[in-house]
Amino acid sequence: MKPGFGEVLLAEGDPQVREDEERLIEEFRRQLDDGMWAAVPTIAPGDGRREAQMVRDFTEIPTDAERVIFFPRAAGG
Amino acid sequence: MLLALLALSVVAAVLAVPMLGGLWSRSEDLRTERKRSRRRERFELHDPGRERRAEQRARELLRSCVNEEEWAMYRDLGFIRVEGRLGQPDPGTGDAAYAYLVYPHKPIVAYVPKTRRLLSEYCVEFPDLTRAISQSRLPDSDDMLAKWMALTGDEEHLIRNANMHLPGRQVDPGRVRRDLWRLAEWERQQRGSGSFEAHQT
Repeated sequence: MKPGFGEVLLAEGDPQVREDEERLIEEFRRQLDDGMWAAVPTIAPGDGRREAQMVRDFTEIPTDAERVIFFPRAAGG
Repeated sequence: MLLALLALSVVAAVLAVPMLGGLWSRSEDLRTERKRSRRRERFELHDPGRERRAEQRARELLRSCVNEEEWAMYRDLGFIRVEGRLGQPDPGTGDAAYAYLVYPHKPIVAYVPKTRRLLSEYCVEFPDLTRAISQSRLPDSDDMLAKWMALTGDEEHLIRNANMHLPGRQVDPGRVRRDLWRLAEWERQQRGSGSFEAHQT
């Protein structure tokens, strides 16, 4: 999410493919270094409840995640 | 001696000319870049089409993340209710002890669903750190999604970092009570129609 622009595609690829994975990791780190938060929208297997999982490291991303959403870090308003 | 000093100053002046020229052209470049940046900024701020498109994309993204009920709530009422998970649920009904009303670009309001008592306001923003001078902010639906993700993903962290105030500081308590009444009516109608799909946009 980019203020003034909305959703912007940063990178896409298959994490199973080594080159793609490196690119995805690099972009993930760059976003976090820029002060963004990362979250993965999830659906609970039992009751279908929707929620987000905050991720602070690339390894925390669920293997079946389709996307990671980066958004500006929250601050007291 | 005087002649030597004069010669030295002439040499120094000759050497300084290209440097000063460089400085001058650098400051010219900076001025031009600043002008360009201001023009870009003006264009960006006054492009309603871009904002509409951003909001449209944001709505689609929000819709793809939240459940059908939450999406319908936002579409019909302009806010989303998120149940709090830090307290013990009601032992009788199993319902959450408290919940939040999440509005775009407004504080998050905590309340007790059972009594509709307002608890507090949590002021939270998602500022653009890379362009601190810019006035641009997240589209409404992205702001909603950011709050929703932060609340459902790490409620404790978000609430700890927000500025907490008593109800009424920024959001009119009368409006919140009306919204809670609207929400109750809306839920009653939804139960009657039996589906959120009935009102698809």
